[in-house]
Amino acid sequence: MTVLAVVEHDRGTITPASFGVLTAARDLAKQMGAKFEALTIGANADGLSEVVSKYGATTIHQAHNSALTDFGPEAWGESIAQLVRKISPSVVIGSGTERGHEIIAQAAARLDLPAAMNCFEFDKEFNGTQPLKVVRARWGGSLMEESQIDAPIKLVTLANHIVEGVEEPASSTVAVLEVELDDSVKQTFVQDRVERVAGVTLATSPVVVSGGRGVGSAEAFAPLEELAGLLNGVVGCSRAVTNNGWRNHTDQVGQTGTRIAPDIYIACGISGAIQHWVGAMASKNILAINIDAQANIVTKAGYAVIGDLHVVVPAISAEIRKRHAK
Amino acid sequence: MNILVCVKRVPAPGARINITSDGQQVDTAFLGFTVSPHEECAVEQAVQLVEKHGGEVTVLTLGPPEAQEQLRTAVSTGAAKAVLVPIDISDYDAQRTAQAIATVIEELEVANGKYDLILFGNESADSCGYQVGIRTALKLGRPIVNGAKGLETENGVATVRRESDAGVEIYILKMPACIGVKEGINLPRYPTMKGRLASKKVEISQSTATGEVGGLKLITLRRPPERASNTKILGNGPEAAPAVVDLLEELGVFK
Repeated sequence: MTVLAVVEHDRGTITPASFGVLTAARDLAKQMGAKFEALTIGANADGLSEVVSKYGATTIHQAHNSALTDFGPEAWGESIAQLVRKISPSVVIGSGTERGHEIIAQAAARLDLPAAMNCFEFDKEFNGTQPLKVVRARWGGSLMEESQIDAPIKLVTLANHIVEGVEEPASSTVAVLEVELDDSVKQTFVQDRVERVAGVTLATSPVVVSGGRGVGSAEAFAPLEELAGLLNGVVGCSRAVTNNGWRNHTDQVGQTGTRIAPDIYIACGISGAIQHWVGAMASKNILAINIDAQANIVTKAGYAVIGDLHVVVPAISAEIRKRHAK
Repeated sequence: MNILVCVKRVPAPGARINITSDGQQVDTAFLGFTVSPHEECAVEQAVQLVEKHGGEVTVLTLGPPEAQEQLRTAVSTGAAKAVLVPIDISDYDAQRTAQAIATVIEELEVANGKYDLILFGNESADSCGYQVGIRTALKLGRPIVNGAKGLETENGVATVRRESDAGVEIYILKMPACIGVKEGINLPRYPTMKGRLASKKVEISQSTATGEVGGLKLITLRRPPERASNTKILGNGPEAAPAVVDLLEELGVFK
């Protein structure tokens, strides 16, 4: 029996989600008394074997094909499918990211197997012989679904930010898998890129100052920009704001926008509808500024100021200037 | 250029989602319904492409008979034709959905020719499976990429822009192709008066759902544990500013 972890990387750089996947796969393998193996896709990821072995994978499969130089969802899914056909693992775990969902879905489609995305719990009694019970996120995490995967090989993605990466080194051997890719899957490789300019993004910033419908206009975001600047943070917004055309969708926090987990989330004039909340709930601290003390976000936040954001936000900025001479 | 857009009818929840007593579905007694957000944008993108290049947009849904309401919404914002694949429950599992949709698409294409593009939402708002579009594309033997935040067509190819942590990725797919669209690709338009009239008059064709039950089986739905809601009120109005800055200092924001 084997549990297989699929290592997500971008042109040879491992993504943070992969550490949780490796750790969860190792824990599940231990519980089952199974082998823990991992897969890296593309020769440019061969160097990752060193870090993967720190997480205890005993065999690291390196999928090779001259076409595997950048990300391609169909080629990556096909690579997973070919390894799965070869080693018949009991469970395959991918990362709960855009790419992770996509390549596990690609593999599942090619293998005609079910797949459960965004799992955050696996059955503690699972020993590899019965259907696998999982708890997974629906509605972007605002509902939980208990379901079972009834198939000989269980394909899942692990919800992001659920399992922390914990090293537990093992000596590992490398097994190169020469993947065969036909032309049909070769056209969906990344053809071109626009690299992101270095700096914090909404997804990575430790401070996010966000505005909702209560801000009232595009121009009225200026004080939020100012406060975010003083805190070295970035500005976010709710779906109501993007729907009104006040800010670009790239700033949207929520189920259909960006999921964030900053040290502090300052939510100004945001009511906190469920679709927004699921994007912000991983924040370590939440400060709500709202005129309505009964607003959903106020009742869920750790801290709140009851008042009009249009006067409260500038007052906070003034206080910061006074104390920190900025 | 002919484009098919696959949409899903989903409840429009507010601040809280309740579950029926048997734990099998969302309690929709007091909820309205909508087109899943990514798919609403897929319809808009299809309409924009057709406005630019000619052709027509067909919208398809697999769902309960009431889902024709969402098809009519799509028509009111620019789709020309609508196909309902009625089922007697609110949805099928992903494998079954893909099988049913692919079969209907093949039938439609025998009659009308191949769609240049078939658009899906990146994932549905309710079940969040991330896989129906991919499974359907594979059954149809067409390329697919998900996560499209930009989509243009020219000379038989579709250029897809998508965002990643590293920046923007560009994919180029030869049509016919399938694309999974994400919200943010555009701002969907509101229905026009002409659109509303068209949506009332449009004849919704019906196709039969096929496909076998897949391997992912729902046991029960439940609500996640509520976060302890002992909110600390730092104050009222601008007088609360010093307390807020105290908190920020305490959290180490200025270090």
